[in-house]
Amino acid sequence: MTHELKKRLFTVALRWFITISIVIIFTTLLLLLTDTPPLEAYFLLIKGSLGSWNKIARVLQVWIPLTLCSCGLLYTFSMRLWNIGIEGQVMLGAIGATAMLKWLSPYFAPSLCLTAAFVFAIFLGTLWSLFAGILKTEGGVNEIFAGLGLNFVAQGLILWLIFGPWKRPGIASMSGTEPFDYSLWLPTLHGFRISPLALAITIILFIATVIIHRYTRWGLFFRAVGNNPNAGTLFGLSPQRYTLLAMSLAGVMAGCAGYFQVTGIYHRLIPSISSNYGYLSLLVVMLANYKWMPIPFIAFFFACLNVGSIQLPLMLKIDSSLSGVIQGICVLAFLCAYRWKLRSKG
Amino acid sequence: MMDFSLSILMASVVSGAAPLVFATLGETFSERVGIINLSLDGTILLSAMVSFAVAYETGNLAWGFLAGGVVGALIAALIAFTSLFWGISQVAVGFVLTLMCKDLAYFLGNPYTRIQGPQLSHLSVPFLEKIPVIGNIFFQHNIMVYLSYACIMVTWFYFYRTQWGLKLRCIGENPRAAYTRGFSVKKIQFGYATLGGFLVGIAGALYSLSVKPGWGRPQGAEGMGWIALAIVIFGGWDPLKVAFGAYFFGFLQIMGIVFQSWWPSIPAQVFQVAPFPLMIFMLVLIHLSRGQRMSQFLEAHPVFRPIIRFLQVNPPASLGVTYHKE
Repeated sequence: MTHELKKRLFTVALRWFITISIVIIFTTLLLLLTDTPPLEAYFLLIKGSLGSWNKIARVLQVWIPLTLCSCGLLYTFSMRLWNIGIEGQVMLGAIGATAMLKWLSPYFAPSLCLTAAFVFAIFLGTLWSLFAGILKTEGGVNEIFAGLGLNFVAQGLILWLIFGPWKRPGIASMSGTEPFDYSLWLPTLHGFRISPLALAITIILFIATVIIHRYTRWGLFFRAVGNNPNAGTLFGLSPQRYTLLAMSLAGVMAGCAGYFQVTGIYHRLIPSISSNYGYLSLLVVMLANYKWMPIPFIAFFFACLNVGSIQLPLMLKIDSSLSGVIQGICVLAFLCAYRWKLRSKG
Repeated sequence: MMDFSLSILMASVVSGAAPLVFATLGETFSERVGIINLSLDGTILLSAMVSFAVAYETGNLAWGFLAGGVVGALIAALIAFTSLFWGISQVAVGFVLTLMCKDLAYFLGNPYTRIQGPQLSHLSVPFLEKIPVIGNIFFQHNIMVYLSYACIMVTWFYFYRTQWGLKLRCIGENPRAAYTRGFSVKKIQFGYATLGGFLVGIAGALYSLSVKPGWGRPQGAEGMGWIALAIVIFGGWDPLKVAFGAYFFGFLQIMGIVFQSWWPSIPAQVFQVAPFPLMIFMLVLIHLSRGQRMSQFLEAHPVFRPIIRFLQVNPPASLGVTYHKE
C-alpha cells in the first residue's frame, strides 16, 4: 500500500517536474528572443504578485472569480460539457448586480440592495447558462458554439448598456457606468482592497462544490451520465436533465463571480468586467486535470501571473500578455506530460 | 446612382470577406478529414502579426504571406500531432492554443505596434473589370481576393471531382473503413489538417496586410476566428456553401455599418453581435430540419423540400474523434 502510494506520488511529482521544466525553458527562450533579461522578468513577476500584502490582496481579488468559475466548470466538465459560455455568464452576473443596485438603491437600505443584487446576479448567470444548456438539449447546438455566441451577445449587451440606458450623465465612455455610492461597496479590510465577505463566500462555495462532487448523488450522477449517457439513461438518469442541472450550477458560480467583480472591485459596470476570467478558468481546470484538489492552488498561481505581469510594460517594455503565454504553455506542457506518461505505461 | 453605390457595397463585401473565405475553407479541409482546429481565433491573430512583421522587415509581401501561412500550418500541425499520435483532446489543445497564440501575438508584436507597413496594392483584372456591375464587384481588388475565388473552385473540385477528395471525405466519414482499404489514415489526416492551417494562416496575413492593415492591440481581427468556425458549420462542411456563408457574414458586417447610418438610434453594438445569434438560430434550424416532425411537415408541404434539403447537412462522422487502430 505504501509502496503504491509512493509510486503514485512519484508519478505526480515527475509529471509536474516535466511540466515546470518545459514551461521554464520555453518562457526563457521567449524572453531571450525579445531581448529581455529572463531573471529580471521572473523576479518582477514574483515581486509584482507576492512582494507586499497589498499585492497579495490584489492577487486574491483575481483568485476569487477564477476559483468560482473553476468550481462551476467542474460540474460541466464532469458531464463532459465544454462550458465556454462561462465568460458570458460572468458578464450577466455583473449586469444583474449592477441592475439591482441601480434600481433599488434610491429606495432601500444598502445591505438589502446588496443582497438583492447577489440573488439577481446569480439568477441572470443561471439564466444565461440555461440558454446554452437548452440550446444543447433541445436545439442540438454544440455547447461550445452556443456558449460562444452567447458570450458575444453578452459583451454586446454590456456595451449597449454602458453607452445607452446606463450611460454616465453627460458623457458615455469606455470607463463604464457611474460608480456606486460608497455604502454600496462590499466592506473591505482596513487598508486593503480585498473584501473578507467575498473571500469567505468563495471558500464556502468551493467546499460546497467539493462536497457535492464527492459525497452526494448529484456528483456521482454527473460523472455517470458524463461517462456514458446511454448507461445513465438505462439507470433512469436523464442526460438532458443533468446537463441542465450542471449548466445551471456553473451559471450560479459564474453569476457569483460577476457579482463580486461589480460590488467588490470595480463598483460599476465596465466593458471588460469579466476580464477573461471565464476563459482563464477553463485553463485552470484543465491544468488541474479536472480534479477539485489542485484548483485553489492553480487559480492562485494564475492570479499571481496576471497581477505580476501588470508592471512588465513599465519596467521592461514588454507586453503584459506574457502571463497569458506562460499560462498557455503550462497547460500545453501539462497535457503533453500527462499523455506521455500514460503512453509510456502502454 | 443607387446601382453605383450598391456595386461599391458589394465590392467591399467581396474584399472584406476574402480572409474569411480562406479561413473557412482551411477549416473545412481540416474538419472534413475529422480534425477540429478550434484555435482559429488565435491562429489568425498570430499569423497576422508574424506576416506583418516579416513583410515589414523584408519589404516583400510574398514573404509575409508565406510566413503567415507557415505559422498557421505549424499551429494546426501541433493540434493534429498531439491528437493523432498522443491522443490528447483536440478541443482542449485547440482552446489552449486559441488563448495562447493571441497573447503570444500581442507579446511578440509589441515592437510592431502602430507603425506604417507595406500593404497589398490593387490590381484590376484587364478586360474583366470593364464588365458593368460584375467587373466593379469582382475584378477590382488585390491579387489575394482573386486567389480566394480560385480557392473556392479548386476546393470544391478537389472534394467532389478527384480521387484524393474522395479519399479525404472517406477518412472523415469512416476512418476505420479507410484504414482497412489500405490508406495511412493518420498521415493523411495530419497532412490535410496542416494544409487547412496554412490557409487559415493566409487569412491572418490577409487581415494585417490588406483588410485591416497594420498591427496593434487590438488588431481588429479579434473574434473573426470564432465567426469562421461558426460559418463552417453554417455551410454544412461544403466548400460552396461555406464560401457563401463567408460572403453572407461579410455582407452582414457591411450592412451593420450601413444600417447604423440609417438608424443612428440603434447602437452599433447590436449590429456587431448580430452574426452570433444568427449562427445559433441557423444551428437550431439545421438540427430541427433533421427531426421527425420535419419529415411529417414535408409530406404535407412538398414545396419546402428544396429549402429543407439545403439545411439538411451531416457533420463528418468522425469529427473530433481520433481513430486508433486496434
